[in-house]
Amino acid sequence: MTQTENTRTILICHGTGCVSSKSPEIRTALEKETQRLGITTKLTGCHGFCQQGPIVIVEPDGVFYTRVGVEDVTDIVNSHLQNNKPVGRLFYQDPTTGKRIQHYRDIPFYKMQQRLILRNCGHINPEEIDDYLAVGGYEALKKVLFEMTPEKVIENINISGLRGRGGAGFPTGRKWEICSKASGEEKYIICNADEGDPGAFMDRSILEADPHSVLEGMSIAAHTVGAKKGFIYVRAEYPLAVKRLEIAIAQARKKGFLGKDILGSGFDFDIEIFEGAGAFVCGEETALIESIEGRRGMPRHRPPFPVQSGLWGKPTLINNVKTLAYTPLIIVRGADWFSDIGTERSKGTAVFSITGKVANCGLVEVPMGTTLHEIIYGIGGGIPNRKKFKAVQTGGPSGGCLSEEFLGLPVDYESLTSAGSIMGSGGLVVMDEDTCIVDVAKYFLDFTQKESCGKCVPCRVGTRLMFEILDRITHGEGTAEDLLALRTLGDTIKKGALCGLGQTAPNPVLTTLRYFSNEYLEHIKEYRCRASVCKDLIEFKVIREKCTGCQSCVRICPTGAITGPRSKPHNIDASKCIKCRSCYEICRFDAIAGNAIVIRTVEKKS
Amino acid sequence: MPEKIESILQKYSRGQDELIPILQGVQKEFGYISLESVKKISRYLRITENQIYGVSSFYAQFRFTSPGRHLIKACRGTACHVRGAQRILEEVKKQLGITEGETTPDLEYSLETVACIGCCALAPCIMINEEVHGRLSDKGVANIFSKKGTEGESDDTN
Repeated sequence: MTQTENTRTILICHGTGCVSSKSPEIRTALEKETQRLGITTKLTGCHGFCQQGPIVIVEPDGVFYTRVGVEDVTDIVNSHLQNNKPVGRLFYQDPTTGKRIQHYRDIPFYKMQQRLILRNCGHINPEEIDDYLAVGGYEALKKVLFEMTPEKVIENINISGLRGRGGAGFPTGRKWEICSKASGEEKYIICNADEGDPGAFMDRSILEADPHSVLEGMSIAAHTVGAKKGFIYVRAEYPLAVKRLEIAIAQARKKGFLGKDILGSGFDFDIEIFEGAGAFVCGEETALIESIEGRRGMPRHRPPFPVQSGLWGKPTLINNVKTLAYTPLIIVRGADWFSDIGTERSKGTAVFSITGKVANCGLVEVPMGTTLHEIIYGIGGGIPNRKKFKAVQTGGPSGGCLSEEFLGLPVDYESLTSAGSIMGSGGLVVMDEDTCIVDVAKYFLDFTQKESCGKCVPCRVGTRLMFEILDRITHGEGTAEDLLALRTLGDTIKKGALCGLGQTAPNPVLTTLRYFSNEYLEHIKEYRCRASVCKDLIEFKVIREKCTGCQSCVRICPTGAITGPRSKPHNIDASKCIKCRSCYEICRFDAIAGNAIVIRTVEKKS
Repeated sequence: MPEKIESILQKYSRGQDELIPILQGVQKEFGYISLESVKKISRYLRITENQIYGVSSFYAQFRFTSPGRHLIKACRGTACHVRGAQRILEEVKKQLGITEGETTPDLEYSLETVACIGCCALAPCIMINEEVHGRLSDKGVANIFSKKGTEGESDDTN
C-alpha cells in the first residue's frame, strides 16, 4: 500500500451539479492538505451521478466518496491518504440493500452501464487538452487526415449504423454522404447543443466533462464533408459548458488541432461558439439556422434540407453533440465494433438522463435494447419511499408517458415509436403514484404551447386549445366530449404541423389518454384526483381521533388556516386553506397510525 | 451609456447575423435592452428597430426593463415539476413578495422562470445569478433568502 501513497490522484467532480454543492471549496481544502503529502488533485467533469454529489474519487484505489462536505476533508486525508483506511461513512449507500459500497466499479449504478461516449466523463480534466491526449484523444482525427479518404470515413460511419442522437434517428453516414456530395465550395457544420428538453442534461455533461471529443468529432465531420467552418450552438443557460468549450477550442488551436493547415495536412477548420438565447424551438435544425442568421428562430419549410441549403443558403451538416462524440470512437475502434453493440436497427449505446421519482438520478449509458425495467430498477435503483411506479416519460416534452406494462420494452428507436413515444434526445423522467397524469400532460402542453414559434396554425392554435381543455379537466370542469376533442386535435396537429415541435407536441396527451384513460375519467366523472395534486379536487381534513394537538401544523401553516389549542384536535378553516400540503407533510403521526391530516376528495358541487 | 454601447458595437461586424450576439453583449453590460440601445443597434446594423424588437422579443433571454441586482431563475423542468417545483416557486414569490417577471421595489431581486437548468438530479432547484441551489424544500428557500439578507453583498457580475 505504501508505494501507492504518492502515486494517488484525487478526482473532484466539477460538473454543474457538484459545483452547486460546493465542490470547488472541497478542492481548495483538499489541495491545502494534500500538497504536503505530494498527492495531486484534479478537477473532472460530470460523473453522471449528480444526485450523490459532490463526488470525490481516490485513484488508483477506485474509492468513491459521495456527498462529501468541506468538513470531511480532514477525515479523508488523515484516515485514507495517510493511514490507508478509507472513510466508510462517505461510501455510496445502496438504496435497496442499505449496504455501503466502497468501489466505483461495484456500484450498481455504474456496473450495469456500458460507457462509450461517457468513458472520459469524470476521469479526465476537461480543462486540460493533455488529459484528453493521454487517453488517445485526436488519434481518430490523425487517422482521418492521413490514412483515410472521406469516402472511406462515410463508408465506416454507414457500416457502424450510427443514427442521429438528437431524436429523429436519421442515419448519420447517409447525412454526411448527402452533404459531402452537395455542390458548393463553402459548407458549414453545426453542432446542435441546444438541449432544451426539460429533464435532459446529457449534452451539457458531455460538453462540460469531455469537450474535446465533440471538437474532434466536428473536425472529422468537417474534413469528410468539406467544411471549413463550424458552429456550436449551445444554450445560454449552460454557462459552464460555454466556458469549458472556450478553453478547449483555445487549447486545440494552440496544439494545431484547429485552425489553418491542421497538423500539416493542408486542411483548414475552425469552430465558433454561438450562444442560444432561450428558445426551445431552436433545437429544430432549420430554426437553429435562422437563429444563427440573426432572425426569429422559426423553422423553414423542408425541402430543401439543410444538407443541401442551410446556413446562408450553403450546404450545412447539423449533428447532435452525442452523435459527434461517437465518431472518433468509431474511427479508432472500427465500425464493426460499434455495430456489434445494440439491436438490429439501433446500434451502439443510448445515453439517458434519468430523473424524477427514482432513487438514483443521473446520467446513464446503456446498450440500445436495454429494457426500461433494467434502467429504472437496475441502474436507477427503483422508486424511493416505497411508492408505486406510475409512468415513465421518454423523449422530453415531445415524448410519451408509458405505463407499467411497458417496463419490459427494449429501448431503441423503433420500439419507443411503436409505443407512441419517441427516443428524443434521451430524457427519462420517472413518475410515481403521487404524480397526477392529467397534470403532467397539462404541464407538457403548457410548455409546448408557450414554446410554439407561432408560424403554423396547427401548432400555434392547436396546442393552445389542448392546453385549455386539460386545464379545465384539472379544475374538475371537464366533460366526456373533451377526451374526443383532445384526440382529434392531437391527430390534426401531428399531421398538420410544420416542424418536429408541433408534430410531436400532442404525444404526452395522446399516450396518457391511451394508457391512463381511467385517470382522465376519474377527474371528469368522479371529480377525483387520485394523486391528490389537482387542488380544486381535494381538501384537507384533520382526523380528530388521531390528532394529538402537537401544533406542528399550526406553526407551519402559511395562511393561519389551522387553529386549535395545544393537546386538543385542530381545525382547518377551508376558506383560508391554500392546499399547499405543508401540514400534510409535517404531520408526524404519519408513521405511527396513518395521517392525522388527510387529503380527500371534495364532495362534488351540484 | 451611449459611449459604452458604441464600444460594444465596435466589437462586431455589420451584418444581421451579429444581431443576437450584439443583443447578448448589450444585455450583459446593462442587464437589459434599452430603447436607446435598440436605436443604436438599428443604425449600426442598418436594420429597422422593429426588426430588432421582433427578434429580441422572440427569445426568452432578452429583457426590456432593468433587472434587480440578483437574478433568480426558478426551474420549471419536468424533473423539478414532479418533485414539487410549483411549491418552491410559490415560496420564492412569498419570500420576495413578487411574481415571475417582476423585480422587488428595492431592485435587489428579479424573478424569472426557465424551462430547465439542467440540474435535474438536484431537483427541485433554482438559480441565483450563476449559482445553482438544488434539492430545495420550502424551508431551504426561506434559508437562502434569510442568509442573503444578512450577508448583504454578494457578487452579481458573473
